[in-house]
Amino acid sequence: MATQDHTASAAEILEPSPMAQMRRRVFGHYGIIIGGAVLAIIFAIAIFAPLLTPFDPILDQDLAQKLKPPFWHDSPKYDPAHPLGTDLQGRDYLTRLVHGARISLLIGFSAMIISGVIGTALGVAAGYFGGRVDMIVNFIITTRLSMPVVLVALAVVSLIGSSLWIVIWVLGLLIWDRFAVVMRSTTMQVRNLDYVAAAQACGCSTFRIILTEIMPNVVNHLIVVATLEMAHAILLEAALSFLGLGVQPPAPSWGLMISEAKGMMFFDAWLIGIPGAALFALILSINLLGDGVRDVTAPENRN
Amino acid sequence: MVKYILKRLGVAFLVALTVSIITFSLIYVSGDPAVALAGEAASNEEIEHIRKSYGYDRPIPVQYMDWLGRALQGDLGRSHYLKEEISDVILARLPNTLILAGCAIAFALTLSIPLGVAAAIRPNSLIDRFALTLAVVGQALPSFWFALIMMFFLGIKLRWLPISRVETWQGFIMPAIALGYYVTPGVMRLTRAGMLEVLQSDYIRTAKAKGLRPLTVLFKHALRNAIIPVVSLAAVQFGFMLGGSIVIESIFAINGLGFLAWETIQRGDLPMMQAIVLVLSLFYILITFLADMLNAFLDPRIRVT
Repeated sequence: MATQDHTASAAEILEPSPMAQMRRRVFGHYGIIIGGAVLAIIFAIAIFAPLLTPFDPILDQDLAQKLKPPFWHDSPKYDPAHPLGTDLQGRDYLTRLVHGARISLLIGFSAMIISGVIGTALGVAAGYFGGRVDMIVNFIITTRLSMPVVLVALAVVSLIGSSLWIVIWVLGLLIWDRFAVVMRSTTMQVRNLDYVAAAQACGCSTFRIILTEIMPNVVNHLIVVATLEMAHAILLEAALSFLGLGVQPPAPSWGLMISEAKGMMFFDAWLIGIPGAALFALILSINLLGDGVRDVTAPENRN
Repeated sequence: MVKYILKRLGVAFLVALTVSIITFSLIYVSGDPAVALAGEAASNEEIEHIRKSYGYDRPIPVQYMDWLGRALQGDLGRSHYLKEEISDVILARLPNTLILAGCAIAFALTLSIPLGVAAAIRPNSLIDRFALTLAVVGQALPSFWFALIMMFFLGIKLRWLPISRVETWQGFIMPAIALGYYVTPGVMRLTRAGMLEVLQSDYIRTAKAKGLRPLTVLFKHALRNAIIPVVSLAAVQFGFMLGGSIVIESIFAINGLGFLAWETIQRGDLPMMQAIVLVLSLFYILITFLADMLNAFLDPRIRVT
């Protein structure tokens, strides 16, 4: 007994605790560091948007000030009050850009939550109960996949009118498929493990087993899918707004800003470049973070 | 095999039926289709006239059966706006979308499969890093923005490629790249992961030990097995492209189904909208069914279970 205790404590000294190992893996992962940092910055910008610039993204229009160039254009028209220039209506482009972060994050996060709830419920039910439930859920997933997302979203939005919350709900109700597919397969793997059988033998209710035995063991996959779908929702919103059927003017959505600048492509391409680059940075940081979470939590993916 | 085909066929049929019901109910999303068609300025008599002439006064199940029955015979009704047979319009526009999606998937596969194979042969090498970076960047690039950027540099600055409304093959290059690059990260990762797994298997070691040429081992033995999941993914992505080409087609003004869908949605032409959603969904169902058949043919394990 005494020798056993002794070796155990020696092993503890030699090997860092799992928590410390995890911490080391997280902070040694470039994707998580870079993605997390960029995302945190964009998040902070979105929260403090009104404090960052002296202008209002919608109300401060001044046609006399329209199409001021950004700071890297060495032009006499440049106005230091507008470091990123002004748009066609003479609104400060930096102000519209930082307020646009709010719209993208709000839509991405809300649509992700809605689709996550639907997809997880379907996927976990299919994976846990199997049999007929699985068959029905599979059928629902196949049906959903065969309907083209962009087209259906556009059609529905055009029929019931577009507002921020309608876009969120339409996207949320459409993009749950990946949640369902991934949750179904991971739940299937977990539900055959011994501790689930033990919980069943103890007489735990199905609800409790799913909540306390299944969910904690599939949550890392859930987080990875959540990041992917958040990015997906943001891209879809931008595409819808670009086509004129998403967020409506004068709201400063990045997709809408690109759409409004489309006609100026020959002369003022920076009007397209700036919001697109912001969109790219946001999606890239979310994806890097998601990839990082997958690498860190699943050892088998770590090559 | 026959049992598998029949089962898969049955599922495809049921999915198609469900999709048709959902598509049909699309026009009731906004409430009364007659009011939606008549516009805001219409009087009650006009709305009543439209309701009668388009048959919206009948019970909904009767309308659905009538619509489905005609659709099965290839009659999708007449467009409210164009005053033409919808099936004629769709058939006229379909080739452009098929060419575009075909070029896009060809571009995606010729880029991603060799890259994935090369990355798997030397994991963590320079080419692997390059492929992974390309995948991460590609996934984050909004396709409509990428299309505009390409248009700006290749079309406006360098004047290498035409930017809009061109029916020559040069006109399809930029749209195909803009539509196809989005698929490359997924296909490349799948090829890489599949190849990594296969290359470690015993039969590859045996093949190498037999003294077969490395290229023969790589392509005949390894890639053939690693490519099976890629077939499914490529088919699914091809289906998504048909539906997703709406953004790219509207940017490059390509006269295909996507552009038609966009025009139709802006005009509020409900029967045409229904027909396009139905046709694209049926295409997706057909493509995934064919891909499953191809997979079952390539991989005997699928048809046994």
